[in-house]
Amino acid sequence: MNDILDVALRLVVVLVAFLTLPLIVGQTEHKVMAHMQGRLGPMYAGGFHGWAQLVADGVKFVQKEDVVPADADRRIFQIAPAVALLPYLLVLIAIPVGPNGFVGQDIDAGLFFVLAVMGVGVLGSLMAGWASANKFSLLGGLRTAAQLMAYELPMLLAAASVAMAAGTLSLPGIVESYHWWWTPWQLVGAVVFFTAGLAELQRPPFDMPVADSEIIFGAYTEYTGLRFAFFLLAEYAGIVVLSGLTTVLFLGGWHGPWSDSVGWLWTLLKTFALAFVVIWLRVTYPRMREDQLQKLAWTVLIPLSLAQIALTGVVKVVIS
Amino acid sequence: MSIPGSGLAKGLAVTLRTMTRRSVTAQYPEVQPELPPRSRGVIALFEENCTVCMLCARECPDWCIYIDSHKETMPAAAPGGRERSRNVLDRFAIDFSLCMYCGICIEVCPFDALFWSPEFEYAETDILELTHERDKLREWMWTVPAPPPLDPGAEEPKELAAAQKSAEKTAAAAAAAAQAQAQAQSQEGEA
Repeated sequence: MNDILDVALRLVVVLVAFLTLPLIVGQTEHKVMAHMQGRLGPMYAGGFHGWAQLVADGVKFVQKEDVVPADADRRIFQIAPAVALLPYLLVLIAIPVGPNGFVGQDIDAGLFFVLAVMGVGVLGSLMAGWASANKFSLLGGLRTAAQLMAYELPMLLAAASVAMAAGTLSLPGIVESYHWWWTPWQLVGAVVFFTAGLAELQRPPFDMPVADSEIIFGAYTEYTGLRFAFFLLAEYAGIVVLSGLTTVLFLGGWHGPWSDSVGWLWTLLKTFALAFVVIWLRVTYPRMREDQLQKLAWTVLIPLSLAQIALTGVVKVVIS
Repeated sequence: MSIPGSGLAKGLAVTLRTMTRRSVTAQYPEVQPELPPRSRGVIALFEENCTVCMLCARECPDWCIYIDSHKETMPAAAPGGRERSRNVLDRFAIDFSLCMYCGICIEVCPFDALFWSPEFEYAETDILELTHERDKLREWMWTVPAPPPLDPGAEEPKELAAAQKSAEKTAAAAAAAAQAQAQAQSQEGEA
C-alpha cells in the first residue's frame, strides 16, 4: 500500500512539473525575448506584466476547431502530437532533481533510457509531416529526420563521454560521482551535447524544419487548436528536459553549497540558467541554412565529441 | 585576425546589453506620452483676437478653414464723426479630416488668434465630427501651454527687438526735449 502511494506521489509530482515548468520557460521566453529586442512583451493578460499570457493562449487553442485535412492519414495525424509530447514526460521521470532518491524513478541504465526516449519525440514531427498530405509538411518532416540523424550521433557520443567518466549509466549515479573539475574536463562534450540537443528540439538557430519563411511551419503546418498547442508544449518541455539533462550530466546536478537540504534548488537553478541560454541563443542568431546545419553536425560536432571521448579515456586511464 | 567565434560572442553581448536597457515600448493608453514643446496636436481659436481678415482661410493649402461673417455698423464715437463698420464672426470651423497640420494659418494670423495645442486625442467614429466648430476650437484654447523658454543661444525674438528700439527712440526724444527745455531756460536767464 505504501509503495503504491509512493509511486503515485512521485508520478503526480513529475506530472505537475511537466505541466508547469514548460509554461514557466515559455513565459520567460516571451519576456526575455521582448526585452532583448527592446520591447515589453505581454503586459495585459492576468494583470501583472502579462503573467497569464500562456494560460490565455491555452484557452484560445482549446476553443479552436480541430481540423484534419481530407487527404491526411487520419489516425497517424491525430496521434502525432502525443508521440511528440509524451516522451518528454517519460524522460522527466528519470531526471534526478535532488540527492537521496529525489527522482521520479531511478533507472539503472538511465542515460540510455533518456537518450532513447528523447529520440522518439522527434518521430512525432516525422509522423505529422508524413501524415499531413501537404508538401510543406513533408519537407519539414524530412528535414526533421535529416536533423535527427545528424545530431543524434554527437549527442550520444558526448553523453557516452560522461558515462565513461562516471563509470555508470545511472543518472543519479553520474551526479553522485561528479567533481567540480569534471566541468572543465567535459567542457567540449557539454557544448556538443547542448548544441546537438538544441538541434534536436528544432530551436533557433537550428529551426530549419519549421522555417516559417520557406515551408510555412514545416510538419505542423496543417495542425490547429489543441494538437498544435501540444507540439508547442513539446518544444518547451524539450527545453526543460534538455537543460535538465545538461545540468545532470555536465554541471553536477544538485551539487552546490548546502546541497543536502537544497540540492533540488540547485538543479532547478542550473536548469533555468540553461533554459535562459536556450532563449538567448534563439534571440541572437538567425536560422542556419539546411546544408550549413548538416555541415556543422558532421564536420564539427562529431569530430569534437570523438576528441572528447579520447580525452576522457586518456584522463580516466591516467588517474585510475 | 580576430579570434574565431568572436562574432558569435559579440552577438550574444548585443542582445544581453539590450535586455538590461529600458525597453522603448510606449504604453500609450495607460501612460500619456511626454510630448516635446511646440507639439502640433490641434489648432485652437482665440476668437476675441480674430478680425475676420480671412488670411488663414486663404493661405490654408487644404482649404479646411471655414469662416462666415457679416458687417455691423457702429455708431460714431464722437458727435459729428463717421460711422465705423466692424466684422463680426458668425462661423469659424476647421475640418481636421482635411487639415495636414502645416501650421501656416497660425503663422499668417496677424492678430494671434490661432494657436497650437498639444492635445491629440480627438479621434471620432464619424468623419463629419472632425469638423470642429468655433465653440470646440475655443475649448482647445484652454489647453494651449505657455510658450516654452527660448533655446540657449537662440536669436532674440523680433518683437523684443522692436519694443527695445521704440523704447530707445522715446527715451532719446524725451532726453532731447528735456535738453531743449533746459537750453531755453538758460537762454531766458541770460537775457
